Amino acid sequence: MDRAETDSRIRALIEPFNKKNIQVAEGTTFSGDLEFDSLTVMDFVAAIEDEFDIIISMNQQAEIETYGELVSAVCSQAGK
Amino acid sequence: MSEGVAEADQPIERVGGAPDLMSKFDPVIATREALLAGGVEDPFSLVMERVLSPTKAICNGRDTILLGTYNYMGMTFDPDVIAAGERALADFGSGTTGSRVLNGTYQGHRDVEDALREFYAMDHAMVFSTGYQANLGIISTLAGKGDYIVLDIDSHASIWDGCALGNAEVVPFRHNDTEAMVKRLKRIPDGAGKLVVLEGVYSMLGDVAPLREMVGAAKEEGAMVLVDEAHSMGFIGENGRGVAEDQGVLDEVDFVIGTFSKSVGTVGGFCVSNHPKFEILRLVCRPYVFTASLPPSVVATAATSIRKLMQAGDKRAALWANSKRLHAGLRELGFTLGTEEPQSAIVAVMMPDLEHGAMMWQALLHEGLYVNLARPPATPANMTLLRCSLCAEHSEEEVETILGMFERAGKAVGII
Ligand SMILES: Cc1ncc(COP(=O)(O)O)c(C=O)c1O
Repeated sequence: MDRAETDSRIRALIEPFNKKNIQVAEGTTFSGDLEFDSLTVMDFVAAIEDEFDIIISMNQQAEIETYGELVSAVCSQAGK
Repeated sequence: MSEGVAEADQPIERVGGAPDLMSKFDPVIATREALLAGGVEDPFSLVMERVLSPTKAICNGRDTILLGTYNYMGMTFDPDVIAAGERALADFGSGTTGSRVLNGTYQGHRDVEDALREFYAMDHAMVFSTGYQANLGIISTLAGKGDYIVLDIDSHASIWDGCALGNAEVVPFRHNDTEAMVKRLKRIPDGAGKLVVLEGVYSMLGDVAPLREMVGAAKEEGAMVLVDEAHSMGFIGENGRGVAEDQGVLDEVDFVIGTFSKSVGTVGGFCVSNHPKFEILRLVCRPYVFTASLPPSVVATAATSIRKLMQAGDKRAALWANSKRLHAGLRELGFTLGTEEPQSAIVAVMMPDLEHGAMMWQALLHEGLYVNLARPPATPANMTLLRCSLCAEHSEEEVETILGMFERAGKAVGII
């Protein structure tokens, strides 16, 4: 899948979870910048999984710290 | 507890400037300090100086009614249970000093496994040193690299740790949400092994899982199913086999995990199953192999208790009556509870925040009542809870006394 398209779909999904309206860039971190707690992570991951019909296991989540890494991970999975 | 726990970061100089590995706990130390600075008794270092019965003890010097022990069936002082333990202690000694697979399987370990097979009417039973280790061992051993574990987000720590110990992909879903579970199962790549992990009763809120629906749905997706029935044994289901039995799906469950530390009234954990290859787990499950087996007195008390639980109809009725009365009484007083209806022997009282929770916990203790204070991260959605677990041996009058204590404490703290 096209990275730009994936990016814009994920950006739309972040919106309701981005309570402080942080400007999201490639290097934005979920736990640090966006202050996601574990419940928020679960809901957010579920939203992405449903949108792209993929699984992002907790093992994979552990490798994803930034927004850019998430987009890449979704691209590589959704592209399969 | 030692003073050290209240002293945050006093780093000692290390060669090369390496950090003090203990510094990472400073936030926990700070939270604890703030709580204790408010003048509350430390909720996490209570000492029971004497235990008088399953429902009464002397705690921090006070006569106290116990309402947070998970001693659901009150078996801890059962005369037959105690006699069996004393006999085994005298005949077999104080400990086995060995692993189940070496010198640590005595007649009593076999016997308690027989008792479990009888209790659950299943082919196989494997006893671990704790329920924590049963989950750790069974989950990490069953699901290997390339397999998927799909589990409820509110699972007990021992389930999460079992996932962490193994190499499988771990995929959580929203609490008790069958649709979310099924969606995840459907997305697992073809050919991968799938283990669904559920609990009968979730111990934080005391709510029951819709197992009939969930187990069936998991099976339809080709998953194997493990259900932790730690908080249901002995009083839920026609034969006390738990929520899966109660909802008519025990036959479809591949592995049931349980513990001796609640209804059975001692310590130990187990897995029961009808899987034809089950026995091989004894050789490949590391938390079973690489630890000493339970002492002979413990397995003797467990076996006696389990067999008595098979005929404990009166106790079950008393436990349910207590649970219903406490639930209804607390609601009438205006407390917010974890479930609309009493679903188990756990009644969780929601606190507005940790500070009020700790104040309320202390006020109850001063009244002479012990409940569990549960707080994040053990609780779902960052809740602070006062968890009450009933015992079949609480008398009707005791339950009324408890309600009076809650009323006074709740008003004093300003929660009701
Ligand atoms: C759901 C659940 N599973 C497992 C355990 C562990 O049991 P044990 O106390 O035997 O280690 C507990 C209790 O703490 C529990 O609540």
